[in-house]
Amino acid sequence: MSKIMINIDGKDVETQEGQYLLEAARANDIFIPAICYLTRCSPTLACRICLVEADGKQVYACNAKAKDGMKIVTSTENIEKERRAIMEVYDVNHPLQCGVCDQSGECELQNYTLEIGVDSQSYAIKDVDRSAHDWGHLHYDPGLCIVCERCVTACKDMIGDNSLKTIPRGSEPLSAEYKAEMPKDAYAMWNKLNKSVIGLTNGTDVLDCTSCGECAAVCPVGALVDTQFMYKSNAWELRQVPATCGHCSAGCQISYDIKHTSIDNPEDKIYRVMNEWNYVSLCGAGRYGFDYQNAGVVKDESAFANAIEAFKKADTIAFTSTITNEEAYLLQQMKEKFGYKLINHEAKAFQEFLDNYSQISGQKLYKGDLKKVHDTNFIVSIGSALKTDNPNARYALNNSLTVRKGAGIYFHPVKDPIIEGIAKSIMTVTHAPLQEEVALYLLLDLFADKTALPADIVEYLASFHSQKTITVEEVVKEKVVEVVKEMQVNEESGEEVEVEVEKTKMVSKKVSKEVEVDENKLLEILGADENFMETLEKNLKKKESFALMVGPDLYRHPRAKNLARLVALVEKYSQFEVTMIPALTNSLGVALLCDLDDERGEYTVGYNTEADFVLSALGDGDLDMPALNQQEGTLTSVNKRVNPTNAALGYGGYELNDIANALGFTAENVIDYTVKLPTSVGFQAKEFDNLPNHYENDGTEVRGYVLENVAVTQSDDENVDKFSDDKLEGCIIYLANPVRQFTEFTNKATNLDEVSGIYMSEEYLSKTDYNEGDRVTIKTQKGELSANIVCDNKIAGDIVVLPTFDKKLNAEVLFDGYRFSTASIQKG
Amino acid sequence: MKMEQFNDRNVADNGYFLVDIEDYPTDGWGKFKRVLKRSFKGELFVGLWVVLREMIKFDIHTVQYPEEKMPIGPRYRAVHEMKRLWESDAERCIGCGLCEKICISDCIRMDTKIDENSRKEVTEYTINLGRCIFCGYCAEVCPELAITHGGEYEQASEQREHFVDYEYMLTPLDKMKAGKQLEFEGFGAITPHEDERVKKTPLAY
Repeated sequence: MSKIMINIDGKDVETQEGQYLLEAARANDIFIPAICYLTRCSPTLACRICLVEADGKQVYACNAKAKDGMKIVTSTENIEKERRAIMEVYDVNHPLQCGVCDQSGECELQNYTLEIGVDSQSYAIKDVDRSAHDWGHLHYDPGLCIVCERCVTACKDMIGDNSLKTIPRGSEPLSAEYKAEMPKDAYAMWNKLNKSVIGLTNGTDVLDCTSCGECAAVCPVGALVDTQFMYKSNAWELRQVPATCGHCSAGCQISYDIKHTSIDNPEDKIYRVMNEWNYVSLCGAGRYGFDYQNAGVVKDESAFANAIEAFKKADTIAFTSTITNEEAYLLQQMKEKFGYKLINHEAKAFQEFLDNYSQISGQKLYKGDLKKVHDTNFIVSIGSALKTDNPNARYALNNSLTVRKGAGIYFHPVKDPIIEGIAKSIMTVTHAPLQEEVALYLLLDLFADKTALPADIVEYLASFHSQKTITVEEVVKEKVVEVVKEMQVNEESGEEVEVEVEKTKMVSKKVSKEVEVDENKLLEILGADENFMETLEKNLKKKESFALMVGPDLYRHPRAKNLARLVALVEKYSQFEVTMIPALTNSLGVALLCDLDDERGEYTVGYNTEADFVLSALGDGDLDMPALNQQEGTLTSVNKRVNPTNAALGYGGYELNDIANALGFTAENVIDYTVKLPTSVGFQAKEFDNLPNHYENDGTEVRGYVLENVAVTQSDDENVDKFSDDKLEGCIIYLANPVRQFTEFTNKATNLDEVSGIYMSEEYLSKTDYNEGDRVTIKTQKGELSANIVCDNKIAGDIVVLPTFDKKLNAEVLFDGYRFSTASIQKG
Repeated sequence: MKMEQFNDRNVADNGYFLVDIEDYPTDGWGKFKRVLKRSFKGELFVGLWVVLREMIKFDIHTVQYPEEKMPIGPRYRAVHEMKRLWESDAERCIGCGLCEKICISDCIRMDTKIDENSRKEVTEYTINLGRCIFCGYCAEVCPELAITHGGEYEQASEQREHFVDYEYMLTPLDKMKAGKQLEFEGFGAITPHEDERVKKTPLAY
């Protein structure tokens, strides 16, 4: 990719070789109308309105690539004619009900109709029945739909659900006269539009997807609307509060759209969550799980006095990673001042993992981020249930595979039909739990530079290879000469005569051949597919950038230390750039900011976690705390970015800062600590109020700042242990949430209605005599619990999944750190 | 996006500021000076003279309100009315919210929801007449000619809420049935010869 200069409407513009003209124009604030194009997705070519003239030739700006010295004119007489005709066509039979449409003016059809100045209509066609559909959490009105297919594109190229497609409209064909009299592109666009509407791929009338709602967000008109938002409010009444989603470590840019609750109730309420969908895609939890605020809290002075008392008495503070950097910093300051122990097992494990990793890598943090994963074309994921641990990581994987013709390997014990359904080029390896080390050794074996890799590792890896002779059947094509008798007409006599003709034919023949092949025992141990190597070879063609995503399974693995060192070795000796997915919203921030301890002391104050005295943003503790949508502060995301978030809703109670102030600290607001975040671990001394939170036109993320990847002392010791043969077998349980759930906070949101229970795949239920709804008891060495079986069609295979989002279920008691465990399941 | 509004944490301010008024005197001498100033400036007599002058002229133009009332023009803008459809007696208001948006004194609010027929339904509608300046923008912007101004300018009532109640503003059904709903001729009403000005859209039926 090299920098080139092109000229758009007389303005010299610098861009990348091969960049789409539309992107180049947008990045330089030059307006080219376009409806169907989505940044980061493949061009759809449905609207054709982005017509421009490049070097005298009409091209579509959304799929024409920039070449050095190109001259582009965005508007000519002919193009204007086309655009006008296209907009007229879009207005044919479009209902004039803008007054009650939920798009309420944020409508691209309206905008472009006005921009292009359509004031009369020349075309007409008989309309067909296009009545509305209720697809569950989405409402589709084909009457309003302009079939730009942006929803289909987003679902396919970004999300990876492939839930939407175009289906036949059942309309009469266009009148033949139009073909002659209409501009060419407008006619072609109408011809296609007239044949389709949007439908579901599963053939039913109810969506069965991961319910992200991204399709409704990208809809330029009011055809796809969130059912929960229908007719609730006009867009212009809503005030946008720029924020960062607090549900997982992706730290997506969102804006909370707020307005008073009703005429009777002037309290602010969040009506919906919007995102910059050209540059960031949300998951269902981010989009619909917004009302988790701790509402109706007033200053309870006696509870506050008790809290101060508890803090004076306590020797330990336990907390979860669903807190801001500022509060984590404050907790650390309290530890330094009063000697509290800080307990957060999940963040502690991540911290140790990072430390072990940096001993070899020499850097505090991993090299990659999800933006880079989007842009690479070979991705490996190990140790993470991607779609539920960090949906954005899954989008990045899908985006790379579908738009950048990438490929990937997904190592995980739990089979995932969603991941498998992304593209053909995803290879899934369902290995046994505890075998993650083998997967990393396999990566070293396949991708590491063997000349640079320490000799003992090379030797160890070689020990798994053996030569084997196998018989292969090959199809060989041979030339065969045949003599065929043919009837020919004698030209002179006009009679038919039998003539012998020689004909050569290619005949394919099966040949058995003995070949020496290399057998890799690691593949066998992992249970990889038989033709894994062949597929990999095919998938590795034309791949130049590599990304490795590792997830929370590794951090609390019994051999986490060795895994961390292996990950560092993979990064060091191969082209892979590593991204580590933190388990919770701010695990990375907490891991960087706090010195964490292992054991609780005698008296513990818990922040959003069980303890002797509980501060709770869920509203069920001894003292109320504000939830993340009621707080200002920064959150550290998986992209190593410190993102600012603003308070969407008011909060009337006490917060951690008040307690700290009562104990001798002095900060008016908790965001006074933003500037004090330690630069030694990569934070910057920036005031909270100076942190931006938006995207530029060219997609540059201008949100907070990126952590500096501080160099740490590197040890020359690159020894790693051989992998352990331990693996879990038999009945296995796994600690992971269903789609759209992360924590107790998402559970509190009214629009997320996932049923809590013991998740079993359809495959497993049909194999066993369990039925959905049965009450079963699960026992492990650590404990037992009983709950109802819930059938989850987003997982496959035999592993039973238990969620963490439901406090009542408290599934963590069954596990000893590692996310997998063997268990016994009994009915009753 | 501008972030200033989020950075201003001084919630007590609300944009109010103090106007420049001379401080009231607190000591005795100051107060005495104020009394003198007020008493001997003679402003009071200016007003009294005007009243006296008009009284002795015996040429009074004042309407003897409330016994006598002036006729109200059809374009007069007093308390709002909500109209019904002639065809079905149903409410004209579709809940588009344009009146709420355009209102320059921000006194209109409405709550909407989706009803059982999947249509937009207005569940609550209020106009804060204490703030309304009767500019007529709401009537002008209304795409359905649903909200108009009426002639009811007397806003004294035992229940001030009466005027702002949606039910009160709606044309009563009996009046509707009797065909006595008056169309507003002021701001936002359809102009004469409207049909001639509209470009026709081709239809394929």
